[in-house]
Amino acid sequence: MGRYVLRRLLQALPLLFAISVASFAILKATPGGPLAAYEGNPEFTEQDRLRLEHAFGLDRPLPIQYLSWLGSFLTGDWGYGFASHQPVLVLIGERLPNTLLLMGTVFVVVLLFAIPIGVTTALRQYSVFDHAVTGTTFTFLSTPTFWLGLLLIIVFGLQLRWLPLGGISTPGAEFDLVDRLRHLILPVATISLVQLGSHVRYLRASMLETIGQDYMRTARAKGLGERVVVLRHALKNAAIPLVTVVALDVPELFVGALVTEQIFGWPGMGRLFLDAAFRSDYPVLQGILAVSSTLIVLANLLADVAYGYLDPRIRYS
Amino acid sequence: MATKTVAVPAVIEMRTAERSQWQMAFERFRAHRPALIGVFVLATLSVLSAAAPIVSPYDPDKTALLLIYEPPSPSHPFGTDDLGRDLATRILYGGRVSLAVGLLAVTVAVSIGTLVGVVAGYYGRWIDSLLMRFVDMMYSFPRLFLLILFGVFFKGMTIGVIVLVLGVLSWMTTSRLVRASFLSLKQREFVEAARCIGASDRRIIVRHILPNSLAPIIVAATLGVAAAIIAESTLSFLGLGIQPPTSSWGNMLNHATSDMDKAPWIAIFPGLFIFLAVVSINFIGDGLRDALDPRHVVRKSF
Repeated sequence: MGRYVLRRLLQALPLLFAISVASFAILKATPGGPLAAYEGNPEFTEQDRLRLEHAFGLDRPLPIQYLSWLGSFLTGDWGYGFASHQPVLVLIGERLPNTLLLMGTVFVVVLLFAIPIGVTTALRQYSVFDHAVTGTTFTFLSTPTFWLGLLLIIVFGLQLRWLPLGGISTPGAEFDLVDRLRHLILPVATISLVQLGSHVRYLRASMLETIGQDYMRTARAKGLGERVVVLRHALKNAAIPLVTVVALDVPELFVGALVTEQIFGWPGMGRLFLDAAFRSDYPVLQGILAVSSTLIVLANLLADVAYGYLDPRIRYS
Repeated sequence: MATKTVAVPAVIEMRTAERSQWQMAFERFRAHRPALIGVFVLATLSVLSAAAPIVSPYDPDKTALLLIYEPPSPSHPFGTDDLGRDLATRILYGGRVSLAVGLLAVTVAVSIGTLVGVVAGYYGRWIDSLLMRFVDMMYSFPRLFLLILFGVFFKGMTIGVIVLVLGVLSWMTTSRLVRASFLSLKQREFVEAARCIGASDRRIIVRHILPNSLAPIIVAATLGVAAAIIAESTLSFLGLGIQPPTSSWGNMLNHATSDMDKAPWIAIFPGLFIFLAVVSINFIGDGLRDALDPRHVVRKSF
């Protein structure tokens, strides 16, 4: 097992390398280059430009520049944001926990709902409940996340006034768990409703396949209760492929978080990314791209390992 | 002994009309009611958008300061926006942009995806593993993040740019499907037969394998249009896609966050049309999947 994880980590290296090259390319592609800030300054002569380029190593060959950039990146020197002049690592460090809170809650909520709903629809195939769920999930799968967010704000924030319109906490108030949860409800609902659809559909199909298997009949024949048959024998096997689906959806989770953070004014990494995008703040963009891509690669790795753990038929060689 | 005469017709008419594979698929599609509704809604949206100057008496870009934030009324069925422009008119003109971007982006994506899938699936070996690792890599970038970066790079996007960028970032699913189909089909006897009579690789690919791989490509392309419309509208909503005054369903919602309290219709209607288009396309895709893949279980009702 340990060796397998190690090998998968090594296999992920080329991917991470490619991601880092792409990030580097983005920085190099900055319109006007890293010295764009000086452009249009009459005091800034051609000689000054050459001198600065030499001082920053910008006149060295590209592969050397890449290596030196990678070196500082790996040692935690991610540069400074253009706008705030704070280290990129600090900026991301402030926002990442908020995004992870949002994504983590969505993750838990989606699974909490998807599993019972998926199982029930499969057990009562073509029932009224099944049709209702299939119709609803299809509807939400076709709803743009940002529009759903806007609708939820209009209904629950502006019309009914049940929930706050946005932000992560009531301004000026002390930290309070209930307050934080109230602020979480709408953003989490926005992402979850869209994501729930694909997971329910997947689990339903997977359960239907499992229910038809011979070992289900065997389990019933030897007198096991229906509960045990469904939960222990059917669900446990049907849920295995869900692990991969969930992992493959992590990029979607980031995208959902970005859009919802923007709509609800949630101070997370997605909003930082957008703010940086509007200011052409390349070091911040690059840092966030690196963090999110790495998390996605890790999520896939974790899913592969979990998959093997849950399904003993898969052997690690 | 009475002889009974039994009329025996010379030819028993038991032949059903000959039907090609595509005719049968078409009949299965026609039996899929949600898909038909989808076709109807989408066709209506397309025709209305295309005929926007005839359908609507208003100029989509003309501002009217005395008419800002008008609620829906008979003369302005969806109300007016923050500059007094008729929302219904802008939605129709926006539909031209959003639908065209969806369709064209998928054309680009399917072309790239088919090319990559054919090369990987037909030639196999190292080029296959190389291309598939590349596909893995493309999958592990959050697509919207890259779209935003392109948006920054191009300072907002024109229709041409957004079509290319969306296409370049969304071909991976098609390439995997085409590859899988080529991997299994190239082992089949008819391909071997074609090779035996001296058909070139090019001919085998274009005339023998590709036509048999069309079904999954068509389904993926249809669902891809829906995804592309959502991607474009999200990007334009964030302010990095299609730039005003050109309207797209997404950028019409750009100011919705600040206008929601006084004019909720600005937030509701453009999004409703995105939803209608996307849900119709998804229904059509569902119907096509049932029609083109007979092994796929057809749902009795929805």
